[in-house]
Amino acid sequence: MLEIKDLKVNIEDKEILKGINLSVKPGEVHAIMGPNGSGKSTLASALAGRDYFDITHGKIIYEGKDLLELSPEDRAREGIFLGFQYPVEIPGVSMVNFLRTAINSMRKYRNQDPLPAGDFLKLMREKKQVVEIDSDLTNRSVNEGFSGGEKKKNEIFQMALLEPKLAILDETDSGLDIDALRIVSNGVNKLRSPENATIIITHYQRLLDYIVPDFVHVLYKGRIVKSGDKSLAKELEEHGYEWIKQEVDAEM
Amino acid sequence: METLTATDKYVDLFEQKRNEISNGDPQFVKEMREEAIASFRQSGFPIRKEERYKYTHLEPVFDGELTFDFNPRDIQFDDNELFRCDVPMLNSNVLTVLNGFFHHPEEAALTELDNGIIYGSLKEAIHRHPGLVEKYLGKIAQTADEPFVALNTAFSQDGVFLYVPKGVQMDKPIQIIHLLLSDKNLMVQHRNLFILEKNATAQVIVCDHTLSQHMFLTNSVTEAYTGENADLDLLRLQNEHNNSCQVTNTWISQDRDSRCQHGTITLHGGIVRNNLRISMEGEGAETNALGLFLTDKMQHVDNYTVIEHNLPRCTSNQYYKGVLDDISTGVFNGKIHVHPDAQKTEAFQTNNNILLTDTARMHTKPRLEIYADDVKCSHGATVGQLDEEALFYLQSRGIPKDESRLMLMDAFTWDVISKIKQSALQDRINDLVGKRLRGELSRCNNCAMHCNE
Ligand SMILES: Nc1ncnc2c1ncn2[C@@H]1O[C@H](COP(=O)(O)OP(=O)(O)O)[C@@H](O)[C@H]1O
Ligand SMILES: [Mg+2]
Repeated sequence: MLEIKDLKVNIEDKEILKGINLSVKPGEVHAIMGPNGSGKSTLASALAGRDYFDITHGKIIYEGKDLLELSPEDRAREGIFLGFQYPVEIPGVSMVNFLRTAINSMRKYRNQDPLPAGDFLKLMREKKQVVEIDSDLTNRSVNEGFSGGEKKKNEIFQMALLEPKLAILDETDSGLDIDALRIVSNGVNKLRSPENATIIITHYQRLLDYIVPDFVHVLYKGRIVKSGDKSLAKELEEHGYEWIKQEVDAEM
Repeated sequence: METLTATDKYVDLFEQKRNEISNGDPQFVKEMREEAIASFRQSGFPIRKEERYKYTHLEPVFDGELTFDFNPRDIQFDDNELFRCDVPMLNSNVLTVLNGFFHHPEEAALTELDNGIIYGSLKEAIHRHPGLVEKYLGKIAQTADEPFVALNTAFSQDGVFLYVPKGVQMDKPIQIIHLLLSDKNLMVQHRNLFILEKNATAQVIVCDHTLSQHMFLTNSVTEAYTGENADLDLLRLQNEHNNSCQVTNTWISQDRDSRCQHGTITLHGGIVRNNLRISMEGEGAETNALGLFLTDKMQHVDNYTVIEHNLPRCTSNQYYKGVLDDISTGVFNGKIHVHPDAQKTEAFQTNNNILLTDTARMHTKPRLEIYADDVKCSHGATVGQLDEEALFYLQSRGIPKDESRLMLMDAFTWDVISKIKQSALQDRINDLVGKRLRGELSRCNNCAMHCNE
């Protein structure tokens, strides 16, 4: 489904990603862990198509297509979803208008007619339940004045509405209390299917108790320095990142 | 031989046309004209170095090849057929001013209602109610050191008069449509006077339009007086073509505890200079001044505001925003003047602008002059691009870039539009602004002449 080959990324002449290789197949859940500043969000942004950095080397093949050739909107329409680490507040753009425009431009891409208003509202109600949103977020501006937990729930809510094939969740767990963490991970689990894949970026092992990954990768200083199964996450939980840092830094 | 300056030319024109211009004027108007032309002669047009007009040099425009009408021209046209204003106010009293003269082919020049409200032609009001008009006309807008006000005061012959007596609430808004229609380049100077006595309320919508392709130069003055605890809502929608130049001078005097909301929405127009001056002449007055302009191509829009806080406990809020495309330029120059007696003043001002291209330019300058110590004043100005992060967020949800940009621009402008009080009008303006941003609003949309085709 997704093949990242020797991906290198520069931000202002500084190499942030130094050759990332990653292969994701349908149905899989990959966890990418690593200390702050390792380049996890940069990798997520490269997949979603942000352009404040330069991709200097490598390829990303997604469902047989050269992903780097696609605009951010076309990547989304091809089924890629990024759950942002810091969802941006957009005053004046209502959630309803935003979601409706998003859904309908996805539909247009698939040559479907716009969703009638009634069906859209029904869909919203349905998907709100996935993340147990009971307040009327929908009449507010996108993320404006949302609490940290609400913002993260809102990301999963959008994911539920847009039904992506490949979801990349960037620290969706950070700043959540146990209750919100349970709700968010329940939401993610409900959306899992044999056709879809998920990349979970996290700093802590905590989330992986709820969403059990098939693979765990450690990203450090712009490289994947270790890959394993879920037991690797446990090891990190117990021993922290220090031992990996030491191993890697010793080699360098 | 010495060449004539533009100032000399206008003074000369006044000398020649004095009798035609002031034909039938009562003595007080004649005197007002003489004083005004003397003021104008003294100040002349602002020179390029003058701070107030630093980015908008108007003299060459006034010196252009122009014609002048000192009598209403007999233009036959059916308002309804030729022109449908973009702001159809359900249930409003529509007054048309054509080339600076009140246009009333069928109805009376002046309407006088049982409850004492008077509206219609200013010229007619001067004749029928000289005492009432004399109390206010030329008393709110100053001519000294204000060349455009002075010029208008000397030359203007007509416009709209509105009088709402003590305690009367106008149930219908007044909609004034300024139309320009000519087969030659034309200069127009009309004048409006709105008087709201104690506890009176009124809503006025002013729409400025051009109906033919010729170059129009408008230099208008609007004077408004809001009496004690009166409430005036005044919104101006500017939609002239881009070969026109418009100088508006709006002077508002607010008495104790009165409220005023003033809005200027500029959709089109070649060179637009809006001088807005609101003076708090009583304690506890409150004012909200909104401004929104959208420019592209070579448009130039300059909003110059002065809020005079003369007395204690007055509040003023200014929200001005601009979206500039192509090589257009914008100016915001906003002065808050808090006089020594004006304790407990609250004055707030923001001016936010978005440049859509590298070549658009915005000059923004807040000016706070505060001579009282117990005041709350704040101001903020920004000139920036669309928020890249927000843009990416929208795109990452499958919304195409162009549409994402429009959503952000709509949101940006909505911030001002949402402060328009009447919801029907708010929706209509929002719709117009949306169309303007999408490039779907042409000045010719509603004109049957289709000059462009
Ligand atoms: N917009 C940016 N401008 C400059 N440097 C950046 C920017 N974004 C991230 N970086 C740098 O890139 C590195 C990786 O950041 P990031 O991908 O956010 O790491 P992580 O998500 O693993 O914490 C950091 O050193 C960070 O300072
Ligand atoms: Mg990060």
